[in-house]
Amino acid sequence: MGSLRLVTILLLLGSPAFAQSPTYGVGRTPTAEEIRRMDISIGATGEELPPGRGTAKEGAQVFEQKGCMACHGAAGIGGLAPALQSKKGQDVPIWERERILPLRAPFATTVWDFIRRGMPLGSEGTLTADEVYALTAYLLFLNQVIPEDEVLDKQSLPKVKMPIGDDYARLPDWKPGTPRLQGYPY
Amino acid sequence: MGSKRTSRRELLKGGAAVAGGLTLGDIASLQAQAHDHPPTPGSQNDSPMILGSKELVEYGQRSRYVTSVRIQHPPGGRPSPDLFGKVFHVASPLQDSVGVITPSSLHYVATTRGSYMPDIDPKLHTLTIHGLVDQPLTLTMDDLKRFPSVTRLHFIECAGNRHTPRQTTVQETHGMTSCAEWTGVLLSTLLKECGLKGSATWFVAEGAEEIKGASSMPITKAMDDSLIAYGMNGEALRPQQGFPVRLIPPGFEGIFHTKYLRRIKIVDEYYMNYNDFGHLRPDPKELALSEQIGPKSVITYPSGGQQLPGRGFYEISGLAWSGGGAIKTVEISTDGGKKWNLAELKGTPQRMAHVRFGYQWTWDGNATEILSRATDEIGQVQALREQIAQWWNVPVERNYRVPGLDNSVMPWKIAKDGSVTNGLA
Repeated sequence: MGSLRLVTILLLLGSPAFAQSPTYGVGRTPTAEEIRRMDISIGATGEELPPGRGTAKEGAQVFEQKGCMACHGAAGIGGLAPALQSKKGQDVPIWERERILPLRAPFATTVWDFIRRGMPLGSEGTLTADEVYALTAYLLFLNQVIPEDEVLDKQSLPKVKMPIGDDYARLPDWKPGTPRLQGYPY
Repeated sequence: MGSKRTSRRELLKGGAAVAGGLTLGDIASLQAQAHDHPPTPGSQNDSPMILGSKELVEYGQRSRYVTSVRIQHPPGGRPSPDLFGKVFHVASPLQDSVGVITPSSLHYVATTRGSYMPDIDPKLHTLTIHGLVDQPLTLTMDDLKRFPSVTRLHFIECAGNRHTPRQTTVQETHGMTSCAEWTGVLLSTLLKECGLKGSATWFVAEGAEEIKGASSMPITKAMDDSLIAYGMNGEALRPQQGFPVRLIPPGFEGIFHTKYLRRIKIVDEYYMNYNDFGHLRPDPKELALSEQIGPKSVITYPSGGQQLPGRGFYEISGLAWSGGGAIKTVEISTDGGKKWNLAELKGTPQRMAHVRFGYQWTWDGNATEILSRATDEIGQVQALREQIAQWWNVPVERNYRVPGLDNSVMPWKIAKDGSVTNGLA
């Protein structure tokens, strides 16, 4: 009897109809198009990237036209905003080089994501996809991550090999009620 | 009783006297003569009246003699507000705090990457949950308030809340933490409503401010105790705290408490947002210390810049908190760390909330050092800087920087003249 009831519960839990039925029924289901428009999170696979393309040469022009220099300095050095070009050589280990997004980020998609998300400060959302690809290419070129003529698009951007490679720590699995670091500091 | 009746009769007499052309002074002296003793003291009005105004009636305000305010953090850093009206980091005046709740007006504020405060119309604001769910969901603020609510005390602490030898007051050393009563909907309630897919391992929370600040957090945190908060200390959130709605992942570093929350995306990998990039470290041990906040406490009285008037009784008072759960015990040393004594916890400690502690102490007038250390319910103990350095196998220099969020013990020095100063200096 008890095991039969258990089986019934398990069947119910496993059925998609059960999983999809909301408890409160409050709110509405956004359309796929609405979600596509608001989803500005670009993961490492680049699946959310829009179509478009750009090169470092084009990006240098955009950098000038959009006034990026005013805050970041010419070629991303010497401004009040964060530096965008490393002053240290490529022979210096990555963790001893500056904390510059288009240099130290593990994925080039993070650079694309942040330019589109937050730049230019005060006029966010005004850059075209081509301009964002071009700016990303320019900043990666400035840090000698890609050659000047490399075309970045939805396919090539996620494939860019960043200098940090795999050399960064991953967070341990977080569980409720566990110490932040086992055995620390005693 | 009898004297009250007498005075009523006197009043009547006085009324007659006024009618007869006597001054109030005359009446007083007549009354004094009649009873052969002066008017009873104690009920004269020593203070002027606070004139009621529309503002005072509608929204209240504190006494003009209470002047405790937030300050820019760190002192000498980027000014708040700046020339463009932007507010960066401001610290709460812990030295004047009592109890555990930080008034909304005094709650610390941090903004990332020079972001501004958006002036959001709550009628137009929505929160959308999408990604690895069966049914994505868009909620208006009115929708959110229809869900079963919870009200909980939680602290928020900024990763920049570090005590260094150069700081002088507890506001400078520890003012980037605050504790408020938050009201909202559990994120787990909303995720169950959407139906979480089995592949969900992380979620990204995103705000509506100009840089659309976004962070990756473990889905286990979402399902455990994360709160979608629209209320703070009994009213709507303040714009500086993310009006109309913010995320509270209790006990995680301040930056994860996404303000102006507009979107939650359920994903199956760490999404390496710009905020996540800021957390990148080469060492997994250091990285692990930059998510959940460790057990921490600080003495707020007596603290740096304060002055003990002389030897005698004092209640040492302070705050303790932990990202790992509720505080279990707080110990106080009044002899520079040789002997530790249990402090009294004021009220029942809540999970991931400040708790006020007190310790009764009679100061003998000699120079000393006072310290506090907290232990939380999962057994984590707040360590001394020396113990942390030893664990990392590095020397403790004057400017030693504790890896991850700095939860080390804070010493206050008390000089013979009763002046209190930073024990790290």
